[in-house]
Amino acid sequence: MSGLLTSPWARRVGLAALLAVAIALPFFFGPYRVSQLTLVLIYAIAVLGLNLLVGYSGQISLGHGAFFCIGAYTGAILLDRTAIPHLLTVPAAGLVCFAAGLALGLPALRLRGLYLALVTLALAIATPVLIKRFDGLTGGSQGLTVDQPAPPSWSGLADDQNLYFIALIAAVPMFWFATGVVRRGSGRALIAMRDNETASRTMGVNLATFKTRAFGLSAAYAGIAGALFTFANGFVAPESFTLTVSFAFLAAIVIGGLATVAGAVFGAFFIVFVPVWTSDIDEALSGVIYGATLIACMYVFRGGVMGVLRSAWAWSTKGRNEDEVAEVAVAGDGRRAGAGAGGVRS
Amino acid sequence: MVAALALVPAACGRDDSGSGGGGGGAAADPGITKTSVKLGGSYPFSGPASAYGTIGEGAKAYFKFINAKGGVNGRKINFITLDDGYEPPKALQNARRLVQQDKVFAMFNTLGTPNNLAIWDFLNQQKVPQLYVATGASDWGKDIKAHPYTIGWQPNYVTEAKVYAEYLKKEKPNAKVAVLYQNDGFGKDPLGGLKDGISGTGIKIVKAEPYNVTDPTVAAQVGRLARSGADTFLSITTPKFAAQGLATVAKSGWKPLQILNNVGADKNLVLKPVGLENAKGVISTSYFKDPQDPQWADDAAMKEYKAAMKQYAPKADPEDAFNMYGWTAATTMAKALEQMKKPTRAALMDAVRNMTLEQGTLLPGEKIETSPDDGYPLEAMQIIKFDGQNWKLQGDLIQAKAQ
Repeated sequence: MSGLLTSPWARRVGLAALLAVAIALPFFFGPYRVSQLTLVLIYAIAVLGLNLLVGYSGQISLGHGAFFCIGAYTGAILLDRTAIPHLLTVPAAGLVCFAAGLALGLPALRLRGLYLALVTLALAIATPVLIKRFDGLTGGSQGLTVDQPAPPSWSGLADDQNLYFIALIAAVPMFWFATGVVRRGSGRALIAMRDNETASRTMGVNLATFKTRAFGLSAAYAGIAGALFTFANGFVAPESFTLTVSFAFLAAIVIGGLATVAGAVFGAFFIVFVPVWTSDIDEALSGVIYGATLIACMYVFRGGVMGVLRSAWAWSTKGRNEDEVAEVAVAGDGRRAGAGAGGVRS
Repeated sequence: MVAALALVPAACGRDDSGSGGGGGGAAADPGITKTSVKLGGSYPFSGPASAYGTIGEGAKAYFKFINAKGGVNGRKINFITLDDGYEPPKALQNARRLVQQDKVFAMFNTLGTPNNLAIWDFLNQQKVPQLYVATGASDWGKDIKAHPYTIGWQPNYVTEAKVYAEYLKKEKPNAKVAVLYQNDGFGKDPLGGLKDGISGTGIKIVKAEPYNVTDPTVAAQVGRLARSGADTFLSITTPKFAAQGLATVAKSGWKPLQILNNVGADKNLVLKPVGLENAKGVISTSYFKDPQDPQWADDAAMKEYKAAMKQYAPKADPEDAFNMYGWTAATTMAKALEQMKKPTRAALMDAVRNMTLEQGTLLPGEKIETSPDDGYPLEAMQIIKFDGQNWKLQGDLIQAKAQ
C-alpha cells in the first residue's frame, strides 16, 4: 500500500482507519457474511505467503494447497489428540509447515520454472492421498471433526464474530511481518534473485539460503492459514484440499497483484466472493463465467488490483512527486518479471 | 485506534435475526409461510463427483410436479440448490448461506459423506433439520441424541452387507467368501456388517483384500482372491473398480458366485464396458424401481415419473437411476412436510421420526419406517440377479437392521 500514501504519518492514519473498519465489519453483517469475511482473512494470509514466494522471489509453486492442507491437519490432529489450547495450534502449524517448506526448498535449488512447478504440483496431488493412507491419525476419508474455539464469555461475541477476530488478530502481524521482509534488505535480495540470479550472486546474495528461506516462510504462512481454516470449519477431510485450492491461491496473487503485500486481500476477496456470484448467475455455467471473469480481469487490470490502484495514483499525482513515480516504475518491473516467473528462464 | 475501539460497544447489538432457528418456538420458524416452504441442498454439480449432481435434478423435478398440483398442504416447495464441487468446506459455506441468508426451513438431501459430516454439527447447533442425506454411510442414524436433526434415507452399507449375508445363509450356507473392499469407511463399514451377519453360520470369509481409491487397478487383489480357494466373490467397490473386478474375474479361470454392491451395479456404467455376457449371474441389491428395467414400463408410478421428468427436467435423462433416486427421496420429503402437525422445525422432525410410508417408485413392499429410536428410514433390500440383459428381482425383500 506504500505507493498510495505519501508520508509515514498519512500511512499510519490510513492503516488505523483500515483496521477500524476491519474491526467494525462483523458488527454490521449477518453471520453468513461474517463467515465469508473470515475466509477472506484466512485466504489472504495464505495468498500473501504465496506472493512472497512467487511474486518476490520468482519461484513458482503450484502446490501451496498442500501446505495449507498440512497446516489444517496439524491443527486438527493436535486438537483431536491433545488438550492443547486452540490458539497454540496456529504457531504449531506454522512451524510444521516452515519445516516442510524448507525441505521442499532444497529441490528448488536445482529446479526452476516449469520443473519446479511440476514438483510442487506433485506435492499438491500427493498430500490428500497420503492423508487418506494414514487414516489412523488423520481419520482417512471420513475426516476429523474438531471443536471450534468458543468466544470468551466476557466478550459477548457470537461464534462467527469470534472466528473473524481470531483470523484478524492472526492476519495483522502476518501482514506487518511481510511488509517488513519485503522492505528490508532481505526483500531486495529476493527481488534481485528473481530478476537476475547471476547478478544477485555477484552482489553477495546467498541464493541457497534465500531460496530455501523463501519457501519455508511462504509455507509457514500457508500453514498458519490452514490451522485457522480448521477453526473456521470445525472439520477437515482430504476432499477439502484438492488442486482447486492451489490454483485459487495462484489466481488470487495474480488478481491482487504480483509482488504486492496488500494485493493478497483483494485476491482473497476475489476467490471467496466471485465464485459465489458467478454461480448465482447460472449454476451450470458458473465455472465458465468464473474463468471468463478471471480472463477479463487480466485484460483490464494488467498488474492486478494493486497495479490499477498504483497507476491511478501515479496518474493523479503526475509530476508532483518524483519518488512515487519511481516506486510505481519498480512495481511495474516487478510485475513483468513476476509474470515471467512461470516460464523457464535460465 | 481509539475511535475504532469506541465503535465496538456501540455496534455490539447487531440485528442478529439470522442466527438460525434458535429455540424452534411454535410461532414462526424461518422459511415457512402458509403458501410456501423453502428447502436447501448442496450437490456436486461440478468437479469429480458431478455424475451424482443429477440427483438434485430428479428431486427438483418432483417438487415442480407436486407444486403444479397445488403443493403440500397449500404450500409450494422452493428447493434452492447450490454447487459444492464435492468439497466439504464449500458445502459448509453453502449450508451457512442457505440457513443464515436464504433462511431455508430445512436442508434436504445434501450429497456425500464428508460433505454431510462437515455440516451436521452446524445444522444441529442451529436446530435446522438435515433430512434424507444422499449417502449410504451408517453414521446418520447411529446416535440420534447427538444429532437429533439429522437423518439418512437410503439403506446404509451395513444393512446392505447384512442382506448379502442373509442371502448366502439361504442359498449357499457353506460359502467361502473372498471380499474386495475399498480401504475407507465406505468399504470397511459393510465388511464389518458382513462379519456380523455371518457369525455363527457355516459361511466363512477366507480372504479380504483392500484397495485404495488411488490404486490404478485392482487386478492384483482380485488375483490373490482367486487363488484363495473361495467360491463366492463379494465386491464392495465404486463403479470404476467394480468394472475392473468383473473384468479380471472374467479373464481368470475363477468361477465364483459374484456379488456386486449396489453402488457398483449400474448396468450402463459398469456392466456394459465389461461386456454384459461376463456379468451374467452376478448378484446385487435394489430398493427402488430401476428406470432402465422393462418390467416397470407399464407401472403407474414409473409412467408418472417419466412424464414428469420430460416436462420438468427436459435436459436430464429419465433412464438415469440417479434421477429416480432424487425423485423418490423428494417424495419422502414432501410426505414428511404433509404429515408435519405445526409449521415448525421441531414438528417436522417429529413427523420425520414417526413415519410409515410406502411409495410408488420404491420396490413393492419396501417401506420408509422410522421411530424415535430407529433413525434408518429404509432397511430392506431385494436381491437382484443379472440375466445377461437386465437385472431381475429375486425372492422377497430382505430386512436387515444396521444395529
